[in-house]
Amino acid sequence: MKVHVQTEVNGEAVEFLCDPTTTLLEVLRDNLGLRGSKEGCGTGDCGACSVELDGALACSCLILAAETQGRSVATIEGVATPEALHPLQSHLLKSAGLQCGVCTPGIVVAAKHLLEQDPNPTEEAVRYFLAGNLCRCTGYDKIIRAVLDAAAEMRGEAA
Amino acid sequence: MAKVHVPFDLRHLAEGAAVLELRGSCYRSLMAVLRDRYPALEAALVRDKAFVLDGEILDSPLLEAVAPDSEIHFLPRLGGG
Amino acid sequence: MSEAMDFKVIGTRPIRPDGVDKVTGRASFGADFSLPGMLEGAVLRSPHAHARIKSIKTDAALAAPGVKAVVTGADFPQVAAGAIEGGEGGGDFADLAGNVIARGKVRYHGHAVAAVAAQSRAQALAALALIEVEYEPLPAVLSLDAALAESAPLIDEGLMTSGLPEPATAPSNLASVIEMGNGDLEAGFAEAALIIERRYQTPTVHQGYIEPHACVGRWGQDDQAMLWCCTQGAFDVRSMTAKVLGQPVGSLKVIPSEIGGGFGGKTTVYLEPLALQLSKKSGRPVRMVMTREEVFRATGPASAATIDLRMGFSQDGKITAAEATMAYEAGAFPGSPVGPGTMCVFAPYRIANFRIKGMDVLVNKPKAAAYRAPGAPQALFATESAMDEAAEKLGIDPIELRLRNAVEEGDSAIYGPKFGPIGLRACLEAAAAHPHYTKAKDAGVGRGVAVGFWFNVGLQSSAEVHINEDGTVTVIEGNPDIGGSRASMALMAAETLGVPYESVRVVVADTETAGFSNVTGGSRVTFATGMAVVEASKDIIAQCCSRAASLWSTDEDMVEWRDGAVHPRPGVNVEATPLSLKDLAGQAGRMGGPLLGKASLNARGAGPGFSVNLCDALVDQETGQVQVKAFTAIQDAGKAIHPSYVEGQLQGGAVQGIGWALNEEYVYSPEGVMENAGFLDYRIPVASDLPMIDTQIIEVPNPGHPYGVRGVGETPIVAPLAAVANAVSASAGVRMTELPLSPPRVLEALDQA
Repeated sequence: MKVHVQTEVNGEAVEFLCDPTTTLLEVLRDNLGLRGSKEGCGTGDCGACSVELDGALACSCLILAAETQGRSVATIEGVATPEALHPLQSHLLKSAGLQCGVCTPGIVVAAKHLLEQDPNPTEEAVRYFLAGNLCRCTGYDKIIRAVLDAAAEMRGEAA
Repeated sequence: MAKVHVPFDLRHLAEGAAVLELRGSCYRSLMAVLRDRYPALEAALVRDKAFVLDGEILDSPLLEAVAPDSEIHFLPRLGGG
Repeated sequence: MSEAMDFKVIGTRPIRPDGVDKVTGRASFGADFSLPGMLEGAVLRSPHAHARIKSIKTDAALAAPGVKAVVTGADFPQVAAGAIEGGEGGGDFADLAGNVIARGKVRYHGHAVAAVAAQSRAQALAALALIEVEYEPLPAVLSLDAALAESAPLIDEGLMTSGLPEPATAPSNLASVIEMGNGDLEAGFAEAALIIERRYQTPTVHQGYIEPHACVGRWGQDDQAMLWCCTQGAFDVRSMTAKVLGQPVGSLKVIPSEIGGGFGGKTTVYLEPLALQLSKKSGRPVRMVMTREEVFRATGPASAATIDLRMGFSQDGKITAAEATMAYEAGAFPGSPVGPGTMCVFAPYRIANFRIKGMDVLVNKPKAAAYRAPGAPQALFATESAMDEAAEKLGIDPIELRLRNAVEEGDSAIYGPKFGPIGLRACLEAAAAHPHYTKAKDAGVGRGVAVGFWFNVGLQSSAEVHINEDGTVTVIEGNPDIGGSRASMALMAAETLGVPYESVRVVVADTETAGFSNVTGGSRVTFATGMAVVEASKDIIAQCCSRAASLWSTDEDMVEWRDGAVHPRPGVNVEATPLSLKDLAGQAGRMGGPLLGKASLNARGAGPGFSVNLCDALVDQETGQVQVKAFTAIQDAGKAIHPSYVEGQLQGGAVQGIGWALNEEYVYSPEGVMENAGFLDYRIPVASDLPMIDTQIIEVPNPGHPYGVRGVGETPIVAPLAAVANAVSASAGVRMTELPLSPPRVLEALDQA
């Protein structure tokens, strides 16, 4: 028995049919073709599938698609505008804050959420906030620097 | 005469020799000499070891020229991650 | 190459060509591809670590809703033994095929037994439960000691040890023995004022790439097949998959997706032959994606190792003799990296008297895969721990002790050949002068030093350089970009051609489009594929010079390439305006056709990489928890083409090594079931575990590369194990010799001290 779900993804109204057991991540990737969110573990440990649900940061592999009925989902695909990258994206590129890039969408979504809560985080705050986003390539150094630089730019300070 | 260093774990196939002085102007002639003298050693070297000419590991030795004063080693094959 | 090259773009830090795709989520990784009518595949895995398969019944699964195909080992040809070429070293096709799907016997918990393709993943998973496999469980062998014990259960009843002075007469779990030696060992030890003798142990660990293995396979009725997959080497996937399926190489096209980490673990095949065989049977494309649990249970890992080490030192710190007996777990099939391990263990030092023995040992665990400098981290964990202890006991500064023994250009490596220009001494001197080393330690903090080494390899690479009609440049190569290599290729092409970096685009092409290239591995891409890109660019320059000379009615040796244009040579009396790449590209159709440069090579002259790491660590005496307070990675890169990505290699390798040292290990039940097959329990380092990782790039140019490059990707993971362990030992006040240095183990050591 499929569930009919009407929700909003990146500001656009969408509807889909899914099994009650289907996760939001599966629907995003397979039904809606939004494959920027990645499945690294399926157990909420790696953060590669990070999205915002009604403004709260969440692992989309742990959310049932049916739970999103009438709510609002924001994914990596909605972060940049047609004209410009988000400062976090620009600074990740400038700092070489990615190597393979598979964790990057989740890092961008999570870090963006952090900077909306705290525009001036300490290095330690960034490290603890991103502790749920695993990266195996970079050792995190350049990611942390990119987030701090993006925060400075967004505060209007020269980064 | 090129100096061929026999790998430690294969010296029993060369009557215990650590170094062989062999005449040969290229990889193939050198290995042919080796095959005549120590066939089991030659077979083991071709099967299991990488060819090192004057300090350089050569993955494609077949067309390689060998100088009279060349030093040749055979190493376990290398990979990488 | 000249020592003082004046670079225009090499050494700058531009944004990588594939950067925007990767920060916006647009880049397509292994699981991000689909085809019309595609089925979803799933694998049935062994619930036993060691068992005979008595029967497999698939009828019920095949009749289940949505199921289109089921395959077992019986659907695959028997593959004859034969060495796998291409930089993996020690691999054998028959073992590869046996690992892809079990035949007759399962050798580890998680070994693939059957696979199903169905219309949905849920249907495929439901069908797996309907496959009836009758097993005869056998005792599992889970440690080196158990595997080598008299009358140990045999994992491969036909395995005869190779490398023994006399041929083996009975099968065993010892796949091979390798020995090296020189000098007079006992005389060397007799000379020693100090002998360090200890056993060092490292656990089974996983590469831990964030992207699980994934592929889409499509088999056509004409026996032409296509594979999309995340891999470090599309051509190696092609040759391995063709071999496992008994198909000609030319019938298989492999398209490499973007790759979400590999570290050596994606240099072999697991799902790919299964997906194609399922596609052949069903007539539909099949996608297969591993879960994280499957990644842990059936891929990787890196070998656990036990190393018995004995090193003798004179009073002034010279190594007088050294002996190592090294046993590495191969997993369920032969092929641990113990060979490179034996060559690495004493590689940084001048040692006249030594003896090294390596053993490749089967255990009922997943078949070991390459992991970043395969075999070296385990080996140098042992040596560098002993060096640290020796420095302490002799009262010599640990960097000074290493300087007194360090190999230099012209020295013979313990494994035979002479070193060319190498950067070990420069790295040690930089470490001694580094603020991290010269500043005082905080209270309770221990400081560790360790040296890292990796050979780096060359192997085969191809590249094409296409000049578009407006003078922009397309580079085509076949090495998946795992950490920014498109940027390095673009920088080297731009430097050689004298054009702006931004005008060069780099395409990582499939096996029908790019020329043959071996894996992205062995720290070889910037070195070897980079060399191919430089040569292909020089091919373009030669064609430009030839065309300009004709145009100017002069000889080719009367013209030269300078600043991105052909000029008459100084003093040559030709009336001519220099012709830029853009000028010649625009006229190409009227001067013989498109400008297309190409190169294919088997790269020679890979330069070894040395590193020195510094670590400050603090042990919590109450809980045994270790905090890394500061870490510095210093490494010789030859020449850093894109310094940010070189720093990234140093930092990433350091943190993987820190994880190996502190947390990571496979935990097994007595039955041989991995009990921590997930990221919650197999704990790789997270951002809050770490400080910033300071780096210093040393540049001792490698004469084997046109711009001095030596590989940098693997060496960074070698030194951290001992650097961390030495720091922890200093902070705890007790010598730690078994990894990981997890809180329970550190506490136990503190209690016993």
